[in-house]
Amino acid sequence: MIRPQNVKDSLPQTLAQKIIARAAGKAEVAVGEIEIGSVDLAMIHDSGGPRRVAPILERLGVEVWDPEKLVVVTDHYVPVFDAESRAILDLARDWVKKQGVARFHDEEGICHVVLPENGYLKPGMFAVGGDSHSPTGGAFGCYMFGIGATEMAGVLATGEIWIRVPETIRIEWEGTFQKGVMAKDVMLFLCGRLGMDGGRYQAVEYCGEAVSELSMQERMTLSNMSAELGAQAGLIAPDATTMKWLEDHGSESDPVEPWQTDPDADFEYHRFDADQLEPQVAAPHSPANAASVSEYNAIRPDVLYLGACTGAKLHDRRAAASILKENRVQSGIEFWVAPSSKRDFHEARKEGVMKILEDAGAKILPTSCGLCAGYGPQRLGQGTVCLSSTARNFKGRMGDESSEVYLASPMTVASTAITGYISDPRNFLGAS
Amino acid sequence: MKPGRSWIFGDDVDTDQMAPGAYMKRSLEELASHCLERLNPDFAKQVQSGDIVVGGRNFGAGSSREQAVQSLLQLGVTTVIAESFAGIFQRNAFNLGLLVLECEERDNIREGDLILPDPKKGMVLNQTTGEQLSCKKVPEFLLQMLEDGGLVPHLEKKLKQGNR
Ligand code: SF4
Repeated sequence: MIRPQNVKDSLPQTLAQKIIARAAGKAEVAVGEIEIGSVDLAMIHDSGGPRRVAPILERLGVEVWDPEKLVVVTDHYVPVFDAESRAILDLARDWVKKQGVARFHDEEGICHVVLPENGYLKPGMFAVGGDSHSPTGGAFGCYMFGIGATEMAGVLATGEIWIRVPETIRIEWEGTFQKGVMAKDVMLFLCGRLGMDGGRYQAVEYCGEAVSELSMQERMTLSNMSAELGAQAGLIAPDATTMKWLEDHGSESDPVEPWQTDPDADFEYHRFDADQLEPQVAAPHSPANAASVSEYNAIRPDVLYLGACTGAKLHDRRAAASILKENRVQSGIEFWVAPSSKRDFHEARKEGVMKILEDAGAKILPTSCGLCAGYGPQRLGQGTVCLSSTARNFKGRMGDESSEVYLASPMTVASTAITGYISDPRNFLGAS
Repeated sequence: MKPGRSWIFGDDVDTDQMAPGAYMKRSLEELASHCLERLNPDFAKQVQSGDIVVGGRNFGAGSSREQAVQSLLQLGVTTVIAESFAGIFQRNAFNLGLLVLECEERDNIREGDLILPDPKKGMVLNQTTGEQLSCKKVPEFLLQMLEDGGLVPHLEKKLKQGNR
């Protein structure tokens, strides 16, 4: 069980401070201090993982400090498409065998979705991932942040990492989100409002009534896109919804109580009205170019992409299906769906969600990072305009540098499929 | 340190620009030859060893791929000066031996100016204009790691000394 060191008689601390204090073996930590934390879980994937860390560990003459704390996922160069990508995956498979890594998830889905669906992420954990969207773990009250491959090799060698105790930026959403507004809209709005460096590499903590009403997968989208806010971590304090997820995913449930920000702790505070938020769209080439969907009604995308850890989880596909039900994708538009995990994919099949998408005219792509990473053979061609449920629309990331990527929620992608123009999903929800 | 010629870039330069996805499985030489090409097609062709990259806010945003740092190093860039850095990029830089300095006065550096960084003092000297610009001080242990050549040689040293 993961419990904070301190229980009573300590200075008020934020959730981030409590987790870091425990990892550093201290009762409390102060903002700005540099601490060394013991890592509870490290995640690497095929791109930044074995092929990059193995030579460094060899050079240092050490093995993985604790293979039980390591999770390895293949998702970026999946499915194999040439000799180079095959070599990258083969290397990963050999390496996990040699290192005795039991928690190896080969082509099962995108790392940030595979970790929670196996119940690996728990409140109070101090974790690192070899990927910039590692803050996704924050949805489970886990302090998880992304690092590069060299630093990961350092973690694998020592089990430790330095951290500057972050300030906490609390973002409260009061009220209830409108129907047709998703977590993705929240994050595009925040990127637009605070900028891509608004998180200042500190810890963002999402709270408030509207956040507590979100499902775990929606919360994951908030934490995931904390990366686009430039935060180190994107935390959500655990509650009954978190505990239910852990139980359902074969993980013992830990006490929730200590893993909360003390009300009198020091933090920066922002408050927003959930009821006022409209579906958002971010124009090329930055998630911070966000505005209400109505600003972009004249844009006619060539390709619609429902993909990535950010926007193709079961919840995302259910949401898209709720719009597309009994509708058809406009002819002439490509609508690609790349489910974010196999487990979710099968669940969506059982529920009929995949059938709705396919009947509407969607093409189902392999479960992997796919177009989002831009590593594979499938890329956006010259001048292609795409509306995507992914997290990033940097110039040339998903294809040719002349391609233009707009970002939106899965529901907005679905409603756009029906009309052919970027459309407000609230128009398709009817009275229900 | 020697002075370096500066190359100016804007805000939010992301790591996809320094290490484009399409070349991520290629050699570092090939990857580096595309470094920042979408922002300045001449950069990778003309940059010389010891040159300095100067950015605006949030330099190194986006993906954690440290090939972004490696391709700069590969091209001979040893220092990046920017108003602010994205956190993962900043960590990666020190881990790989690239000096990054946060300088709010970076507007006083123009393309081609000769710049001499002094990380210990937290200053950079613009030799072309004669101006001293102040930077944020780099924590001592990170400078130590830089001196050792990055995290791996630093760990090697520590492991030899028997203290992790
Ligand atoms: S789906 Fe995209 S954002 Fe998510 S891990 Fe893969 S490349 Fe990164």
